[in-house]
Amino acid sequence: MDDETIDLNQALMLDGNAAAGLMQEIFGLEMTSNPAECANCGNVSEMGGLLAFAHAPGMVLRCPACQEVMVRIVQTPNGTYLDARGAAYVRLAPPAA
Amino acid sequence: MNRPIQWQIATVAAIKPETAHVKTFSLALPDWSAHRAGQHYDVRLTAADGYQAQRSYSIASAPERAGQVDLTVERIEDGEVSSYLHDVLVPGDKLEVRGPIGGYFVWEARQGGPLLLIAGGSGVVPLMAMLRHRAAAAAKVPARLLYSARAWDDVIYRDELAQLGAAGSGLEVAYTLTRSQPPGWQGYARRLDNAMLAEVAAPLRGAPQVFICGPTLLVEAAANGLVQVGVPSKQIRTERFGPSGGSA
Amino acid sequence: MTDRFVSRGFVGKRREGSAAPNRVPPGQHEVKDFPVLSAGPTPRVRLDQWSFSIEGLVRQKARWTWQEFLQLPAQPFVVDIHCVTKWTKLDTRWLGVSVDTLFEHVELDPRAQFVTAFAQGGYTTNLPLPDILNGRAFVAYQYDGQPLAPEHGGPARLVVPNLYLWKSAKWVSGLRLMDKDRSGFWESLGYNNHGDPFKEERYTGD
Repeated sequence: MDDETIDLNQALMLDGNAAAGLMQEIFGLEMTSNPAECANCGNVSEMGGLLAFAHAPGMVLRCPACQEVMVRIVQTPNGTYLDARGAAYVRLAPPAA
Repeated sequence: MNRPIQWQIATVAAIKPETAHVKTFSLALPDWSAHRAGQHYDVRLTAADGYQAQRSYSIASAPERAGQVDLTVERIEDGEVSSYLHDVLVPGDKLEVRGPIGGYFVWEARQGGPLLLIAGGSGVVPLMAMLRHRAAAAAKVPARLLYSARAWDDVIYRDELAQLGAAGSGLEVAYTLTRSQPPGWQGYARRLDNAMLAEVAAPLRGAPQVFICGPTLLVEAAANGLVQVGVPSKQIRTERFGPSGGSA
Repeated sequence: MTDRFVSRGFVGKRREGSAAPNRVPPGQHEVKDFPVLSAGPTPRVRLDQWSFSIEGLVRQKARWTWQEFLQLPAQPFVVDIHCVTKWTKLDTRWLGVSVDTLFEHVELDPRAQFVTAFAQGGYTTNLPLPDILNGRAFVAYQYDGQPLAPEHGGPARLVVPNLYLWKSAKWVSGLRLMDKDRSGFWESLGYNNHGDPFKEERYTGD
């Protein structure tokens, strides 16, 4: 018995590190080790630890605590759209000395 | 770590079958840089008409092995990229890749341990990079690997894991075979559960650094189970692969 | 354009031509499976807590429980569906309640020109009112003769076959009538406000 017969949608959920390449492409930085605070519940998690939904018309990153949307990314021929309203902040590590 | 990542054209140096559905592709990279165990490369295929397909594959080799990376890939039924890699690619072919990528699900020997690694199926790949790195760096970090597979013939890196887990190495490998077991099998023979997790974690002193990788549902069961048996959730890092049939 | 690297022998799996090419919109390819795409975890709602409502610019809000919804006249529908991620599936078979039937239970305010479909889990999508009337939309709870599976939007989802499938909100819990158009989840992030597949209205500005 395979678990995904129970819920393929649940089984498609990934971790934020699935968005690592995309975020490095957009920001020019490795982002998954940067912490982000959820604007909804205040949980702070490294971006690699967010819940990632990659099987969609865009990439959606959600808070692992409350599951609200934190970051959305859509790549279109007109450019890349980024919505980070669900993140109160993302803290970028200072450049290596 | 913050250098921009660019696509480059790798050359397939060797292809090694690991199990009936799994192969390791050794890629020579013109612009190799030492990765961290747990990172991955993106692989992009382009058809003559411009159609592209892209997937991420965990690096299996240790960063100490310069110039080349090994990607161990499971062939997924109807997998667009994995079936190309398995069925079409031969040594000498070129493959467009980008990496190394990732900063969250990584382990370096200098971080110390102890280390608790939980693998489901091909989720063992990034964990193998960690164990190979641990051996190459001669790190004395106590480590445990709990590896869930359907059957003994589905276990990847069997012989090497036996060597790495030899007496005195500080690494112990436990298997659970969930569908069929060879005659005389002494290991676990059921899906991961809290009792199994507690037994595997028990000998490790101090809060272990935990890495769990494999199908999403197994990863969640293992992460939830470890929290229930007392491992602090901030010590646990997960890399879900998606459905157990994969989506590649 | 510089020489692009081509992977020797790679064709990609979506190449089989369709048996009905005139039904496949531009840029789409036909698939035989039913891919699952989602922006979030599967909402879990017990049927005894499920409801569907029509609200906003209506004289009185209408609301149905699951049992009440099943009492409504339902029809089988066979339609082609088109996802903006470029797959098309022909002749999908559903059972559901036409939105026209649902609207018989409300009196629309004359200012109502737009609809926001809202779903469990917070997803929204917006449509002009005419796009869900006159047989153009239904709320489906069976697919291919079986109760609609959770990964495809069960217990019930909106189906609007004339627009890209992101408008067919999974896990739908109601329709809100509005006088102003309000961009939904994907429309607010680069996707086309309307989404007609035969005009290839994929992205904002198409």
